Amino acid sequence: MFRFAMAAVAALMIGPAVALAQDGPLHIEIDEGVIEPLPYAMPVFLDEGGAGKFASDIAGVVNADLEGTGLFRRIGDNAYIQKFSAFNTPVSYADWQAINAQALIVGGVSQQGGKVVVKFRLYDVYSGQELGAGQQLAASPESWRRLAHKVADVIYSRITGESGYFDSRVVFVSETGPKNARQKRLAVMDYDGANVNYLTDSSTIVLAPRFSPKGDRVLYTTFETGFPRIKVINVSNAAGQLLPDVPGTMAFSPRFSPDGNSIVYSLEQNGNTDLYKSSATGGSPVRLTNSPAIETAPSFSPDGSRIVFESDRSGGQQIYIMSASGGEPTRISFGDGRYGTPVWSPRGDLIAFTKQSGGRFFIGVMRTDGSEERLLTASYLDEGPTWAPNGRVIMFTREAPGAGGGAQLFSVDITGRNLRKVGNPGGASDPSWGPLRP
Amino acid sequence: MNFAMKAAIGLAVLGLAACNNPDKYGDGVVDPGGAYGSGAYGAGAGGVSQGNINDPNSPAYFNGRVGDMVHFLVDQSTLSGEAIQILSGQAQWLNSHPQYSAIIEGHADEQGTREYNLALGARRASAVQEYLISQGVSSARLRTVSYGKERPLATCAAESCFAQNRRAVTVISLGAGS
Repeated sequence: MFRFAMAAVAALMIGPAVALAQDGPLHIEIDEGVIEPLPYAMPVFLDEGGAGKFASDIAGVVNADLEGTGLFRRIGDNAYIQKFSAFNTPVSYADWQAINAQALIVGGVSQQGGKVVVKFRLYDVYSGQELGAGQQLAASPESWRRLAHKVADVIYSRITGESGYFDSRVVFVSETGPKNARQKRLAVMDYDGANVNYLTDSSTIVLAPRFSPKGDRVLYTTFETGFPRIKVINVSNAAGQLLPDVPGTMAFSPRFSPDGNSIVYSLEQNGNTDLYKSSATGGSPVRLTNSPAIETAPSFSPDGSRIVFESDRSGGQQIYIMSASGGEPTRISFGDGRYGTPVWSPRGDLIAFTKQSGGRFFIGVMRTDGSEERLLTASYLDEGPTWAPNGRVIMFTREAPGAGGGAQLFSVDITGRNLRKVGNPGGASDPSWGPLRP
Repeated sequence: MNFAMKAAIGLAVLGLAACNNPDKYGDGVVDPGGAYGSGAYGAGAGGVSQGNINDPNSPAYFNGRVGDMVHFLVDQSTLSGEAIQILSGQAQWLNSHPQYSAIIEGHADEQGTREYNLALGARRASAVQEYLISQGVSSARLRTVSYGKERPLATCAAESCFAQNRRAVTVISLGAGS
């Protein structure tokens, strides 16, 4: 039974769940009746010595992570028949089968030697056995949320067969003020919006940050000299360095290569924007495209061999793929409307993009040959997708219309299901999802 | 004498522009260095006094009477006939006031993705720059910058506002340029 449920969850995550209406591109129906989240039980984590509030706080974040995927549903405590008095109490599987729990998570928290320690076990209720071995994790008290995310990542991974994404961070642009006097700051947060830290002040415009593959650096565009320039900033101490510029030009849209050693970016000269590649500190720039059109928003393939980007060489924004060393690109987007901001999935199989059509914006995905286009969201202004480290969830910017309309971060899974606002970091745009943390 | 003629032409150009596009200047009150004269967030005229709008040698006159701004169609950087008339006035003013240099700011409406709009704004600024150069303004006195969709003038979610935001603004300051 549980094995079947596991397979079902994995299949549901992959299968197309978005039904596009046939009468036009502006309407998306998400068939929400199909997926039944997997019901699980998780009694309050046991206090195994000095746990204090960490027992309930950590359990709360584990539940928020799992239920936040839309793939899991926690059964409430008052339904539970068996009570656990100790971490190693034998499981009465019949008691959990009786309340239709498919998975059972038992956890305990303690504080030892200045560390918070979490241990947990995951049980397959219907087959009546433990799924994987029990695990114990420890961290300093201020990192308690990371402990919870790591527990949830293990559980998610064991049940879905996919790697998790909860213990990860997102760099974004924090926004305050009205639309015609917007103030922007670079910030990082946990994937769920917690622990916001600012990397810059609001004295100048900052745009479109990108995490390095290891999550230690961020590339972004800054107007601090009065003109768009590329800057790299160290996440741990906010020390930044402007990359060398070519006088009279604008440089923007920087992205790291998968090995973190080089970058690809847009350089504008005399009104024409092309793609260049250089070392991660801006040395030895090489021109990759040479056309009178706008070439921007590049993204490396996970193996570093190719670059997907947008160009309006056909007359409007469309998506192209070329070798990472340049050369003739191949157009992959052919639908109605404009296609921009392509981002290569970390799994390599899909390209996420922003589509504009009929005065609306959409976030979508397509295969790397342009086939199987699926639109996942639609609104007045959705843009700038970024991938979760496991390639199953996309975060993006949604901006509301009008003078008071602000930008917020949303996430959606690649079936178009589980659209939700990300945490509460205030006004926010241009997310870039970092790697799963070690 | 020569200068006065040019000033008169500049005024005539403004008159045309105002007639063709009554929305552009709102209620007709000019606010040099303020609502539209400043371009993006207080870039202004480099700390230069804006002066009196009735003084043809003042930045206020350039901004308000010659017209510091031209507009573009959706996703376009082509100069309209109206834009060329305004830019002719700008070129004449700049040619007769060599002590000023200019930064041309390109802007886009919010109906586009962020980085594309940055590139699009650069195209618009460059189109203005090229025209001014073609009218005899030294390229050394002109720089361009794009703000993409980061600095809208009008914030409603309708074409009437988008049209105001698709613009290039010539922001003058004292100095002979680089």
